[in-house]
Amino acid sequence: MKKAEAVIIGGGPSGLTAAKTLLASGVKVTLIDRNRTLGGQLIKQTHKFFGSENEHASKRGIDIQKLLLDELYSYEASLTVLSETTVVGLYRDKVIACLKGETFFKIQTGIIIVATGASEKSIPFENNDLPGVYAAGAVQTLMNEYGVKPGNDVLMVGSGNIGLIVTYQLMQAGVRVKAVLEAAPRISGYLVHASKIRRLFVPILTKTSIKRAEGKDIVNGAVIWDLNEDWQGIEGTERTIKVDTICISVGLAPLVELLEQIGARVEYIRELGGNVPVIDGHYETSIEGVYACGDAVGIEEASAAMIEGEITGLSALKRLGIKGPELEVKQKRLHAKLEALRNGPHGTKVKAGYEKRRVMHA
Amino acid sequence: MRIKTHPILAFKTRKAIGFTFDGETFYGQEGDTVASALHANGIKKLSESIHLKRPRGFFCAIGNCASCNMVVNGKANTRTCITPLEEGMVVKTQHGKGVVL
Repeated sequence: MKKAEAVIIGGGPSGLTAAKTLLASGVKVTLIDRNRTLGGQLIKQTHKFFGSENEHASKRGIDIQKLLLDELYSYEASLTVLSETTVVGLYRDKVIACLKGETFFKIQTGIIIVATGASEKSIPFENNDLPGVYAAGAVQTLMNEYGVKPGNDVLMVGSGNIGLIVTYQLMQAGVRVKAVLEAAPRISGYLVHASKIRRLFVPILTKTSIKRAEGKDIVNGAVIWDLNEDWQGIEGTERTIKVDTICISVGLAPLVELLEQIGARVEYIRELGGNVPVIDGHYETSIEGVYACGDAVGIEEASAAMIEGEITGLSALKRLGIKGPELEVKQKRLHAKLEALRNGPHGTKVKAGYEKRRVMHA
Repeated sequence: MRIKTHPILAFKTRKAIGFTFDGETFYGQEGDTVASALHANGIKKLSESIHLKRPRGFFCAIGNCASCNMVVNGKANTRTCITPLEEGMVVKTQHGKGVVL
């Protein structure tokens, strides 16, 4: 069995930041990621980030990925990267079972940081399983990572930030977006993203949803309808839009399977995306030495994930016996930054989620 | 359906990679996954649902959901959205649950 001082599962924004924090204090880190390239979903984020300069505001996700990787590989001597490797088992004695291609192996460690991110949700409607109905993030991957268009005419379902940003990126790739639907009475993402697509004459239809996808083997249209006060479709308001692609952008769910497998306590908090691990202020789960951060503990932006990764890294340092008053000071400062991010008008939901988290633990 | 021009990203034409899909020859590019190469060739249907035989395409494109499972080089349940395309690959539509070798 291989031995490792600390293992991080997932090389996205939070995992990379946690890794860097540990490496900077001389800890040997093993970073496991199932993809070929580290960076998580930053690899496809061509838009510029908001937030503060420390979290690389006004830089594009793809450029932040490069910065994070440069920093990471500056500690090459104490870093082991296992890419294209999937963690298939997580055990209480901190044994991690991995699969790389057809090769199975185990790692014994003292610290586990789970930074597995999230997966995109779907919604029920007739024919929602047809080819051509894709998650919005999937379409972003197809375009920005592989340079392939999803189709020619798209309907976007959901006006959260991912829906709005991917709409704009579809147009940058030369794809028409016929409409963006939003079930709620208001656009749910940032106004700045919404304005960008409105200026390109893309209608954003609030209180509207999809009734069914049309087509036999692949999508060739969508029937949409108005919603009443109870979020139910209104008969007689149906109209058909000619599209070959339907993008679903209705939120994300944290990937907590590995945490469930190891027996970490998980609770349901709707505002954080569904089942999330129980964590304390140090991002430690109910199992000593097992931490979780980033979207895996609650859906937020990458800026928040990077701060969480650093807090988690500092917590792990303390457990490894690397102490110092500066750790406490740093953690306090980082918590304050997270608070500030969540204090914006779009942080209400996450804040409510964290309030529930506190109440449930009190 | 490759992106030709883009305001931020540069997509250069990369080395062509030949593969077969259900017996027919297609070409993808270096850096493609099996699913992205098929999509670039206009092929969106990748498999069928197990019981009702409904058509299936990819959904998440990052290896989470298994909607893109196909038989690749004889291996069933291959997540084609994260499987790098290789020269001479034999890709087939998966029918049913697939047989483990």
